[in-house]
Amino acid sequence: MTVSRTTAFSAAWLVLARDLRLAIRRPAQLIQPLAFFAVVALLFPLGYTPELGKLRAIAPGVLWVGALLASMLALESLFRDDVSDGTLEQFVVCGQPLVALMAAKTLAHWLLTGLPLTLVAPVLGIALGVPVAAMPGILCSLLLGTITLSLIGAVGAGLTLGVRRGGVLLSLLTLPLAVPVLVFGARATELAIIGESLMGPLYLLGALAVLGITLAPLAAAAAVRIGLE
Amino acid sequence: MSEFFAMDGYAIFLWPAYLVTLIAILANVVLARRAHDEAKHEARRRLAVEDEGNSP
Amino acid sequence: MNWTWFHRLGSPPHIYRIAGTLTPWFAWPAGLLIVAALYSGLVLAPPDYQQGEGFRILYVHAPSAWLAVMIYGVMASAAAVGLIWRMKVAHAVAASCAGVGAWFTVVSLVTGMLWGKPMWGTYWVWDPRLTAQLILLFLYLGYMGLRAGIDDLGRADRASAVLAIVGVINIPIIRYSVEWWNSIHQAPSVMKMDRPSMPFDMLAPLLMMLLGFTLYFAAVLLVRLRAEILRRERTASWIREVLR
Repeated sequence: MTVSRTTAFSAAWLVLARDLRLAIRRPAQLIQPLAFFAVVALLFPLGYTPELGKLRAIAPGVLWVGALLASMLALESLFRDDVSDGTLEQFVVCGQPLVALMAAKTLAHWLLTGLPLTLVAPVLGIALGVPVAAMPGILCSLLLGTITLSLIGAVGAGLTLGVRRGGVLLSLLTLPLAVPVLVFGARATELAIIGESLMGPLYLLGALAVLGITLAPLAAAAAVRIGLE
Repeated sequence: MSEFFAMDGYAIFLWPAYLVTLIAILANVVLARRAHDEAKHEARRRLAVEDEGNSP
Repeated sequence: MNWTWFHRLGSPPHIYRIAGTLTPWFAWPAGLLIVAALYSGLVLAPPDYQQGEGFRILYVHAPSAWLAVMIYGVMASAAAVGLIWRMKVAHAVAASCAGVGAWFTVVSLVTGMLWGKPMWGTYWVWDPRLTAQLILLFLYLGYMGLRAGIDDLGRADRASAVLAIVGVINIPIIRYSVEWWNSIHQAPSVMKMDRPSMPFDMLAPLLMMLLGFTLYFAAVLLVRLRAEILRRERTASWIREVLR
C-alpha cells in the first residue's frame, strides 16, 4: 500500500472543497445573509425617506453596515458544525499546518458569504438611488472589504469557540476591528457615487486585505488551538 | 474665590469633569484594595478548609 | 547573561512580595504629583488665549486618555509575554489591567464631552480622538466579555491574550482610519491643543498630571495584581506564609 504525502496546499484545498460542498447542500443557509442584507438595506427607505436623492447620500453607509452585519451573522456558523462533529479537532491534530486550513476555511466563508453579498450590493444600491456608473467601483470596494471582514471574523469566531451565546460577543469583538474597513469602504463607495476616482481608499482597502491575509489565519489558528484545549 | 470657582462661566463643565476623574481615581483605589482584601479572605478560608481536611 | 531575575519575575510569591513593597513607592509620589498638578493647573496656569478657563479640562482629559491607551498597551504586552513565555504572572497582570483601563476610557470620553459642549455646542462631536477612544472602550469591553465568557481560567487567559494582541495591532490602524475619515468629512475637532507649542506654565501641570496618573496606575495595578495572584494560586504553600 503506498501512502501519498499530502501537502499543506492540497490539505487546504480539501478543506475548501469540503466546506463548499457542504454549504451547497444547504442552499437555505446560503441565502440567509443575502436576505438579511436586503432587509437591512430596505429598512432605510421605510425608516427614513423614499426620496432617492436623500437615500443616495446615505447609501454608502447603509450598504457597508448592512454587508458588515450580514457577514457577522454568517460567522457564527464558521466553526460551529466543525466543533460539534469533531472535525475541527482533527484539523488541529492532523499534522497539517493549521494556518493553511484556517486560510482555507476563511476563503470558503468569503466565497459563500462575502462574494454573494458583494454581487447583491449593486441591486440594493439601485434601490437606494445609486447611479449605475458607480457599480464597478462599489463592486471593487466591497470585494476587497468583504475579504478583510471574513478574515477578521474568522479570528473572532476562533476566539469565541464554546463561549455561551458567543454570537453577540463575536459581533462585539469583530465590529471595532472592522471600523477601518468600514471607513475606507464607505468612502470608496461615496466617491464612486459622485463619480470621482476611488483609488485612494481602494488601495487602503487592498492594504488591509493583504495585512489580513498575512496575519489573520495565524491568529485564527492560535485562537482555535486555545479554544479546543 | 467665587471667581475661581466660576471659572469664567466654564464651571458647569469643568468641575463635573474634575469630579468624574476624581471619582474614577478613588473608585479604582477602593476597588483594588477591596479585591485584594477579598482575595486574602478567600485564601484564608480555603486554607482553613484544607487544614480541616488534613487534620480531623 | 544571568536570566534568573527574569525567571524570578515569573514566580508568584516573589512578585506578590515585590508588588507589596513597591506599591507605596508609586502611590505616594503619584498622589503628590497629582495634587501639585491640580494646583498648578487650576490656579497657576494662565487662561488660554482662545478657550479661556475652559481649557483646564485638558488637565483631566489628556491624562485619562493617555491612561486608556497606555493601559491597553501594557495589557497587550503582558498578555503577549504570558502567551509566549507561558508565565502565569504575566496573564495575571493583563487581567488586572482591563478594569482600570475601561474606567479611564469612560472618563476620557466624559471629560471629552464636557470639553466639547462649551467649545462646540453639543455634547458629542465626532472628533477623531473621541471617536478612537469610543472604539477603544469597545475593545476593552470585548476583552472583558471574552474573559468572562470562558470558564476555564487558562483558556480565558490565552484567548484574551490573542484578542489583546490583535487589538493592539489594530489600534494604530483604527486611529489612522478615524483621522483619515475625520479629515475627509471635516468634522469638528475639539482637541486642538498642540503640546509642543504650549507655553511652559501651561505645559508643566499637564506633564505632572501625566506622570502622576501613570504612577497612580502602577500603584493600582500592583494592588490588583496581588489580588489576582492570590486568587489564582489557590492553596499554594507560600500563601500560608504570606497571610500570617
